[in-house]
Amino acid sequence: MKKFLKILFCTSMLLNTNYANSAENSAELLKVDWSFKSFFGKFDRASLQRGYQVYNEVCASCHSVKYLSYRNLTEKGGPEFTEEEAKAIASNFEVIDGPNSTGEMFTRPARLSDKFVSTYANDEEAKSANGGAYPPDMSVLVKARKGGADYIYSLLLGYEDPPADMELDDGVYYNKFMYGNKIKMSAPLSDDIVEYSDGTKATTEQMSKDVVTFLMWAAEPHLEQRHKFGFRVIIYLIIITILVYFSMKKIWSRIESKV
Amino acid sequence: MSDHDYQPSSKLGKWFNDRLPLLTLSNHLQEYPTPKNLNYWWTFGGILTFCLITQIITGIILGMHYIAHADLAFGSVEHIMRDVNYGWLIRYVHANGASMFFLAVYIHIFRSLYYGSYKAPREVIWIIGMIIYFLMMATAFMGYVLPWGQMSFWGATVITNLFSAIPFIGESITNWLWGGYSVDNPTLTRFFSLHYLLPFLILGLVILHIWALHVPGNNNPIGIDIKKPSNDTVPFHPYIVIKDLFALLLFLIVFAFFVFYSPNILGHADNYIEADPLVTPAHIVPEWYLLPFYAILRSVPDKLLGVIAMFASIFVLVVLPWLDTSKVRSAIFRPIYKQFYWFLVADVLILGYMGAMPAEGAYLIIARVATAYYFLHFLVILPVLGRKEKTLDIPLSITEPVLGGFPNQATTKNKQDNRENL
Repeated sequence: MKKFLKILFCTSMLLNTNYANSAENSAELLKVDWSFKSFFGKFDRASLQRGYQVYNEVCASCHSVKYLSYRNLTEKGGPEFTEEEAKAIASNFEVIDGPNSTGEMFTRPARLSDKFVSTYANDEEAKSANGGAYPPDMSVLVKARKGGADYIYSLLLGYEDPPADMELDDGVYYNKFMYGNKIKMSAPLSDDIVEYSDGTKATTEQMSKDVVTFLMWAAEPHLEQRHKFGFRVIIYLIIITILVYFSMKKIWSRIESKV
Repeated sequence: MSDHDYQPSSKLGKWFNDRLPLLTLSNHLQEYPTPKNLNYWWTFGGILTFCLITQIITGIILGMHYIAHADLAFGSVEHIMRDVNYGWLIRYVHANGASMFFLAVYIHIFRSLYYGSYKAPREVIWIIGMIIYFLMMATAFMGYVLPWGQMSFWGATVITNLFSAIPFIGESITNWLWGGYSVDNPTLTRFFSLHYLLPFLILGLVILHIWALHVPGNNNPIGIDIKKPSNDTVPFHPYIVIKDLFALLLFLIVFAFFVFYSPNILGHADNYIEADPLVTPAHIVPEWYLLPFYAILRSVPDKLLGVIAMFASIFVLVVLPWLDTSKVRSAIFRPIYKQFYWFLVADVLILGYMGAMPAEGAYLIIARVATAYYFLHFLVILPVLGRKEKTLDIPLSITEPVLGGFPNQATTKNKQDNRENL
């Protein structure tokens, strides 16, 4: 048993190493009680739909989510817009298609099967429009940052006046959660910057929570299915393990009684 | 062994078996006499076989959807995660499976170190095992490059650059490995090809590993030679099979927790950022299972010597059967070795931790001490200890300690007698 504990300690120490690095973050992240955490965690459907609205009206002016398609908006485990709603959303965007039978490229309204349309044609255009700072694609952004959802949430609420001794260049802002505290994105959210159709009050906190929920889903569209599967798989494994344990005891009792 | 006496019961079976003795092999695997006192640390061989097969099957499926191209690889992984049916499951099993594989292999190796399984007559099993371990590291490293994230790209850059430390020809070798003048598309495509190839080499070596095991038979927790078959052994089937299955299921529960509830905890967030040759991540760290070697590499100030130290740290393991001079196998009867064993475990864990930290200040000093101790353990402590250590009395058979707790004075010879016998 002692040995087992030793091993357990050793492994936990190893598993912790990746986290030890996070000491470089200057401030403790704000913790949110996300609905998608925990064993049965699911997305808050209304929050996802509001989050899409915040993304669409605020973030999308600079940030793409190039791995999402409009059809994803209707899929189970996502915002679950109706097909009509999603079609209406898609038709607001123009995509370049073609070539047609005369060899010309043409634009048409987006369909459900299209990927989310980016504001900028390419990374270079995105950079030049944002003072040289590339607005990262948001498809897997939550998974691409240490601290995940908590980090993005904190960052959105982390804008403050810089300390007196800090000089900031033009187009650089102070954020207490950003690595090095300097960020080239101005505070994107302010109260009532969007108007929620479901009557939820659009405070900065509420919008941050909604948009991070949306981004978490964008990064892990099968999260709900994964949680559901996981629970079933583990219950199944536990039951079969118990059965195998008793079979093992029975089989070995032939040996142990003979000795 | 009784293998030669085996006769298939059916006429067809006999006809076939005379031409290709697969039935004899199957009978051997079932009857294979196994020490009955094997503890749960011995179940990791079976677990590792399971891990290898899981990796191969999930890997083949991933290979059907993955695109090995610098511009498309990252997107194809996202395609697997989003659009391929259960692609997320297959990829998370494969990615976490690599970590589980290494967790199991480390337990397997340290079990061998504790119970002296590498000693005569099992040196060849051990050496094949070390080759497998080395190939596993190469395979895992190349697999980590395939998603073409930031850590993939920069990890590949750091590791392949190691070869440039070789005097005179280093630069050419590195360019040859890259297929160009930096890590780029040719590097990715060859890594994919090799990542697909190596697991099958590992599979072949695993078969040799098991074959070599079946010649002398299993070591056991008290490390004594036993008569086979005898009162001390049980047939592999069903006794060991059911026990291995039980352990495998426990292992799978842990595995499932990672896959379903924290699939990215063992990876690095930066690898979800697409590779960008113009942006270097703040810290380039390998996967957790390579960290001790990374720490050894970085703790030597000279690049070439660092690379030599890193490879030497694996090579000392290969020659371990000749470094450890003690004739007593199991640490149970080696009170001083037992303590040094746990020092080594702690040392490797410290090295792993230091490998994840930036190489500066106190971290660097600790990493250097730990590196020095690592080599001290194998090159000085083990050879000397084998000659000086006063070992405990060793029981003559497994049945005795199973009955009355060991070592039972009445039934054991003293150490001198044992030495003579050996």
